[in-house]
Amino acid sequence: MDVRLPIGLMFAGAGALLIAAGLLTDPAQLKLGLAGVNLDLVWGAALEAFGLGAIVLAVTGRRR
Amino acid sequence: MHLGVVDGLILGLYLVVVLVIGWMASRKTKSGTDFFLAGRSIPAWVAGLAFLSANLGAQEVIGMGASGAKYGIATAHFYWLGAIPAMVFVGVFMMPFYYGSKARSAPEYLRMRFDEKTRGFNALSFAVMTLIGSGVSMYAMAKLIVVLHVLDAPFAALGLPQAWIFHLAVVASALVVLVYIYLGGLRGAIYNEVLQFFLIVAGFAPLAWLSLKTVGGWDGLKATLGPAYVHAWQGMGHASTNRLGVDAFGLIMGLGFVLSFGYWCTDFLVVQRAMAADSMSSARRTPLIAAGFKMLIPFIVIVPGLCALALTTAAMAPASANPLAHAAQANGAAIIPVKLDGAGKPMLDSAGKPQLDYDLATPNLLIHAFPTGLLGLGLTALLASFMSGMAGNVTAFNTVWTYDIYQAWFRREGTDAHYLKVGRITTAVGVLLSIGTAYLASQFNNIMDLIQLICAFVNAPVFATFLLGMFWKRATGHGAFWGLVAGTSAAALHHGMTLPADSLPGVKGGWLAMVHLYPSEMAQNFYTAIFAWSICFGVTIAGSLMTRAHDEEALAGLVYSLTPKLSEPGGGWLRNPVVLGVLVLAATLVLNIVFW
Repeated sequence: MDVRLPIGLMFAGAGALLIAAGLLTDPAQLKLGLAGVNLDLVWGAALEAFGLGAIVLAVTGRRR
Repeated sequence: MHLGVVDGLILGLYLVVVLVIGWMASRKTKSGTDFFLAGRSIPAWVAGLAFLSANLGAQEVIGMGASGAKYGIATAHFYWLGAIPAMVFVGVFMMPFYYGSKARSAPEYLRMRFDEKTRGFNALSFAVMTLIGSGVSMYAMAKLIVVLHVLDAPFAALGLPQAWIFHLAVVASALVVLVYIYLGGLRGAIYNEVLQFFLIVAGFAPLAWLSLKTVGGWDGLKATLGPAYVHAWQGMGHASTNRLGVDAFGLIMGLGFVLSFGYWCTDFLVVQRAMAADSMSSARRTPLIAAGFKMLIPFIVIVPGLCALALTTAAMAPASANPLAHAAQANGAAIIPVKLDGAGKPMLDSAGKPQLDYDLATPNLLIHAFPTGLLGLGLTALLASFMSGMAGNVTAFNTVWTYDIYQAWFRREGTDAHYLKVGRITTAVGVLLSIGTAYLASQFNNIMDLIQLICAFVNAPVFATFLLGMFWKRATGHGAFWGLVAGTSAAALHHGMTLPADSLPGVKGGWLAMVHLYPSEMAQNFYTAIFAWSICFGVTIAGSLMTRAHDEEALAGLVYSLTPKLSEPGGGWLRNPVVLGVLVLAATLVLNIVFW
């Protein structure tokens, strides 16, 4: 059992949801004034990259 | 607070993944060793993150944020002084005996090294402690969901009474933890703890960054709160010149030695994760890998608390220019609200000032700062921390109950399948008892004080027992047992005859007589631990010298001087526990200097 797979799926899923929230939510509700950036979008992309990286490591690890 | 669809989906996704991990782990859980020790097959990095995550429960995430707001960055002593050195010590020096002895639990090591009665004393006190810990974690989570009004809107929409929110939160969290431990045992818990660790970081790292940015960075924090909040060591010479109310001796001896070594080196809740590692080398590196991450945790749990206080202070100032504090003002709520009594009136301290409800510092900051989406992630991180704390207690409880109490006292010669069945039943019973403890906790105001007290009573003396057991071959079973009894009694006596300032006799102490008044609760707690450890240490030595020594041959592999020295593993310096330990200690020293 490779724990990187469920962790990767969780983060890829959460990242996608955050990106969707960042793109679809009314900008007035995104509290852009506090962070200065669309935090949902930026952090969502970071989580997506982490999640996909974990999935790739799990899959390549299994093949080896 | 209103949760959006995305917030709900992230929470739902987490619950599904947690259960899937439990199911995946169940496919590899066929024997007692699989269930209780994850088949001793866990890689070092997984065991290391689980070792850390099992400790990242409710008290840690909410409590350290609260302490950050109350005491400042000096709270980091609980990491840089009160955890890292002990984690290095257990990895480098103690793990060879835990792992090498093939003991299935920490109390079982005591049986192998000393005798049955010493194991029994430790097993019983530890079992009670884990049940209380698990219940308090559950209670804290349910209370937080109620206070933050997370489920108010869905309950109102469904026409359900708001009073049921607490019950649902308790039962649902208990059920999820029960399912994944029942199915996957320790393996299910460990793999979920790794997921929970990453989620806690993912949820709290942006909160720390955002809140620090909002208060104007570290300089802004310093300007708003003053130097007392941003220095860890300044003023530690005397109890009256620092916010902790503790002198340097109490801090270093009480927290830095007795309490931290007592917890990290002997508490089976964390040690169990290292004992599940796939080799001696992995077991020794487990606490060291955990320590490498542990030293950075203050930046994501303490800093938000400090920022919450700075924003609350700014919000109290007229015409605040800070956007977050201004938003909080506009909503009619400071980030850290005033504590209210049962009648809804503000609680005042001895100087007549309103007391702040520091426990809400981190959760309220999360609600005010995060937009929808990140809010769901932050709440998932909170839920993950509660679950990991609870699961850590439940897995430790089922192992200690099954092997150290049931097998030792009720059925010595059962089959492996029988103990596996007992372990699963114990998991269900343990979760049920934890629910009972959660409801019991809701009846008392001071349950958090009580659990800290129990830890000081249990962990402090038992560290002396383990220390002498592993490093002094002359220590005997009778000496160890009576040392433990005397140490625990000394803790109770010290607590019963002392009281922290501004407290009434009762759960906070002074229930026997009033001999000494401590400047703070923390000082009393540290000195209770010092007394308990010292008495246990002294009585164990005296008792051992008065009784017949153990046969040295039987102690091989259990005592330092009678065990062949381990050859350090090859494969580079990153695999060498001694090198890793030195690196971790050096990095911790640098952090202490930077935040001096």
